Amino acid sequence: MSGFLAVLVVVLIFVVIFQIAKASEYVSILKGEKKSRQQTNRINGFLLVAFLILGLIGVWYCNDILKDRILGESASDHGEGIDQMIKITLILTGIVFVITQILLFWFAFKYQEKDGRKAFYFPHNNKLEVIWTVIPAIALTILVAFGLKHWFRLTSEAPKESMVVEITGQQFNWLVRYPGKDGQLGSKYFKNINNATNPVGQDWTDDLNKDDFMASEMHLVVGKPVKLIIGSKDVVHDVGLSHFRLKMDAVPGIPTTLWFTPKFTTAEMKKKTNNPDFVYEISCDQMCGEGHYSMRGVIVVETQEEYDAWLAKQVTQYSLAHASETPAPAAEPAKADSTAAKTVAAAH
Amino acid sequence: MSNEATLHGQHEVIHHGDDHHGNGHDHDHHHEQSFISKYVFSMDHKMIAKQFLITGIIWAIIGALFSVLFRLQLGYPDATFPWLESILGHWAEGGRITPQAYYALVTMHGTILVFFVLTAGLSGTFSNFLIPLQVGARDMASPFMNMLSYWFFFMASMVMMASFFVQTGPASGGWTAYPPLSALGDASIGSKIGMDLWLVSMALFVVSQLLGGLNYISTILNLRTKGMSMTKMPLTIWSFFFTAVLGVLSFPVLLSGFILLLFDRHGGTSFYLSELFVKGKVLPNEGGSAILYQHLFWFLGHPEVYIIILPAMGMVSEVLAINSRKPIFGYLAMVGSMFAIAILAFLVWAHHMFVTGLNPFLGAFFVLLTLLIAVPSAIKVFNWITTIWKGNIRFTPGSLFSIGFVSTFISGGLTGIWLGNSSIDIHLHDTYFVIAHFHIVMGVSAFFGMFAAIYHWFPKMYGRYLNQTIGFIHFWITMAGAYLIFWPMHYEGMAGMPRRYFDYSGWESFKMFTELNQFISFVVIIVFATQLLFVFNFFYSIFKGRKVTTTNPWQATTLEWTTPINPGHGNWPGEIPEVHRWPYDYSKDGKDFIPQTVPVSADESAH
Repeated sequence: MSGFLAVLVVVLIFVVIFQIAKASEYVSILKGEKKSRQQTNRINGFLLVAFLILGLIGVWYCNDILKDRILGESASDHGEGIDQMIKITLILTGIVFVITQILLFWFAFKYQEKDGRKAFYFPHNNKLEVIWTVIPAIALTILVAFGLKHWFRLTSEAPKESMVVEITGQQFNWLVRYPGKDGQLGSKYFKNINNATNPVGQDWTDDLNKDDFMASEMHLVVGKPVKLIIGSKDVVHDVGLSHFRLKMDAVPGIPTTLWFTPKFTTAEMKKKTNNPDFVYEISCDQMCGEGHYSMRGVIVVETQEEYDAWLAKQVTQYSLAHASETPAPAAEPAKADSTAAKTVAAAH
Repeated sequence: MSNEATLHGQHEVIHHGDDHHGNGHDHDHHHEQSFISKYVFSMDHKMIAKQFLITGIIWAIIGALFSVLFRLQLGYPDATFPWLESILGHWAEGGRITPQAYYALVTMHGTILVFFVLTAGLSGTFSNFLIPLQVGARDMASPFMNMLSYWFFFMASMVMMASFFVQTGPASGGWTAYPPLSALGDASIGSKIGMDLWLVSMALFVVSQLLGGLNYISTILNLRTKGMSMTKMPLTIWSFFFTAVLGVLSFPVLLSGFILLLFDRHGGTSFYLSELFVKGKVLPNEGGSAILYQHLFWFLGHPEVYIIILPAMGMVSEVLAINSRKPIFGYLAMVGSMFAIAILAFLVWAHHMFVTGLNPFLGAFFVLLTLLIAVPSAIKVFNWITTIWKGNIRFTPGSLFSIGFVSTFISGGLTGIWLGNSSIDIHLHDTYFVIAHFHIVMGVSAFFGMFAAIYHWFPKMYGRYLNQTIGFIHFWITMAGAYLIFWPMHYEGMAGMPRRYFDYSGWESFKMFTELNQFISFVVIIVFATQLLFVFNFFYSIFKGRKVTTTNPWQATTLEWTTPINPGHGNWPGEIPEVHRWPYDYSKDGKDFIPQTVPVSADESAH
C-alpha cells in the first residue's frame, strides 16, 4: 500500500512538473523567442554560478565529514610511499580541478547572451595552445617520475631476511601456509588437492613439505619484511590489504608475489584507531562469485615473542594429513575422485 | 493540421527534386514505402538512427533500473522490500535480493550501459544520423549494411534479454567476464547457460558494430559533398571517424577472446584454464593463462571507453560552438588531440592489469603511455573553456549539458591520473575510487554528451522541440545528483572499500560508510526518477512537441540545417549543397553565422 502511495506521489509530481513545463512553453511562445530566452538565460546563468559556489563548498564539506573515515596512517613502509604519491597527485590535480571548474562556470555565467554583446571571433592561438600542451606534459612527467620510483620500489625483490608466507584463494576463503622451520615452502601440485587433508595440494614426497603448516589467520612480525606468495585454486581472486595500501591478484596457475614490512602491531592499531575491534583484514578485491563479499581473511601483526609463542603451537599439515587417514578410512570411498587415493598413496 | 501540410508539401518537394538531381544516386520512390520498409526494415540512415536511439533508451531504463535495485541493497542492507520478491521471485526471497541476483544485476548493469546504451545507443544513433547529414550524403555508403547493423544489435538485445529469464539466471561474473569464473558453470551458476547467452549476444553485438563502423568510415571517406575536404568537416564527424576506426580495429580482438572462452567452456580447450580445483573436483586443464583473456578483453576494453567518450566530445564541441556563437577554439588541435587519443587508446590497455602480476617493467611503460593520454585530454578541456570565453552563450538544455560534460570530464579525467599511476593503483584498484572515476568520466560525461546531442538534434530528427523547461529540470537534477552520487565514492575508495560487494556489514574496515551508502542510494532513486521525466518528454515531444518552423532553429552553419524540416529519404530535395568554408564561422566579420554553403567573399577576413 505504501509502495502504491509512493508511486502515486511520484506520478503526481510528474504531472505537476509537466503542466508547469507545458505552460511555460506557451508563455514563451507568447512572449517571443528572444525575450523568453533572455529570461531562461538569466536563471540558468545564476544557477551555474550557484552550482559552482555550492559545489566547491560541498567538496570542502564532503572532505570535512569523511576525511577521518578514510584510512589513517599507512601500516606498512610501502604504504608511506603510496600515501606520499597520492598527496602529490592530489595537490596537482586539485589545483587543476579548482581552476578549470571555476573558469568553466564563471565564463559560462559571465558570457551569457546579452543584448549588444558580440562574441569574439577567436578560432585559434598557437602560443596559448603550445602553453597548455607543454605545462600538462611537464606536470605529468613529474608524476610519472615519482610514480615509477615508488613502483619499482614496491615491486622490487624482497629482502633476503624476509619471512615467507603463502596465501591461496579459493571460493570463498583464504588458505595460509607457512614454510615451517626450514623457511622453505614445499612444492605442490594441484592434482594432490584434497579439501579434507591437503587443501593446497602439497607434494608429500618433497621433504620441504614435512614442516609446512597451515594457519587460519596470517601472523606477521612487526618490523619484519614479509613476502607473500599468492595463488588461487579456482578463479581469480585478489589479496587486498587496504591498511598496508597494497593488493595483488591471485591467479590460478600463475603465482604472484608481494612484499612489505608491517609497521604497527594489531594492538598498536587498536589504540591508534580508537577501535578495540580493529583487525587487519584481507579483502578479496577481484570478483570471484556469489560469496565474493564475504571472502575475508585476518592478519595478526605481533611482536617477535608473541609470534614465536604462536608458532610453537602450530601443527604441520603433514602430520594432520597423516593422522586423519588412519582413523577415517570410511571417508575414502565417499571421495570418488582419484586425487584422494593418490594423495594417500603418495603419503605412504 | 499544419504538420500534415508540412509533411505533404515536403513529399512533393522531394518528388520534384527526384527529377532534377543526378549525383548517381538512384533512390527509390520512398513515398510509396510500406510501414515495414519505412519503420522496421528501413534503410534510411535517419530512421536507423532513431531505431538505435529508442532501443538505447529502452536499454538505458532497464540498465538504470538494475542499478536502482542493487543500490537498494547497498543503501538499505537490512531492509526488506516485498515488491522485489513479486518481480524477481526467488532471486529476492523475503524481499531482499540474493547475492547471486545482486551480482547478476551488477553484471547486466555494466554490460547494458557500456555496450548497448553508450556504444550502440550513443555512437550508433548519432553516427548514423549525423554523418550523411553533415558531410552532405544522401545516405550511408551501404544502407543495407546499415540496416543489418541495427538488426544485429536488435538480435544481440533479444538474446541478452532472453538470458534474464533462464533458470540459472544471466551472467553474473562482472561485465568484464574474467575466466575462470566465467568459464566454469561450477564456479558460479551465472556461468551456466546465462554466460553462453551473454557471449552469443556480445558476438552479435560485435558484428553489428563492425557493420556500422565500416559503413561510417567509408561514408566519411568517400561520400563527402563537393568542397567538403576533411578539414572542413565538423568535429562531430571527426569524432565519429576516430570512433569507428577504434571499433573496427579492436572489436575483432574482443570477439576472438570470446570465441576462445566459448571453446574453453564447451570444447575442452585450456586457453584460459590451468591447474583448477573447483567444487571439490580437480579439472584436467593445464597450461592456459587466465591473464591472456584479460589482455584480449582490455585490448578492446580500453579503446571502448574512447569509443564511448569520443562521439560525446565531438558533439559537445559542436553544441558549445553553436550556442556560444563562437568558433570552436583550436579546430586543428581538437582533431589532433582526438587522433592522439585514438592512437594512445591502443597502447594503454594493461593499466587495467597493474595488479595481475604483470611484469613491473612492462607496467612502467603503461604508466607512461596512460599519463601521456592526459595531455590531449587537457588540450581539449582548455579549448572548450576558451570556446565559451568571450562568447555570447545561449543556455539551451543542449548547451547546459555540454557545460556539464566539460565539468564531469574534468573531474573524472583528473582521477584517471591517479589510477593510471601504478603506484597509486595498487591501493585504489577495484575499490569505489575506480567506480567513482569511470562513472563520472565515461558514464555521466558520455550521458551528458548524449543528452546534449538529443536536445540539440531532436528538432532535426522529429521536426519538433523537446520541452525546454523539463530539459532544464532534467539537467540540474542530473548534474547535482551525479556529483552527489559519485563524489563521496572517492572517499570510500580511499578507504580501500572494494567494489562489487553485496554487503559490507561483516567488515571492520568498511562498515563505517553505512549512512553514506544510504545517502547515495537515496540520490540514485531521485536521479532515476528524473531520467524517467526525460523519457516522457522524449516520447511526448515526438508526437506533441512544439513544432519547428524554420529549417535552421539554432542558427547553425552545418549542412544538416539546409535540409527541409522533415527531410525524406535522400535528405536534400534538390542537389546536395556545395561546401565552401569550415563549419565554425560564427560571429565572423560582424555576421552572427555564415553557413558552410556560402561562398567565401573577396573582402572576408581569413581565419
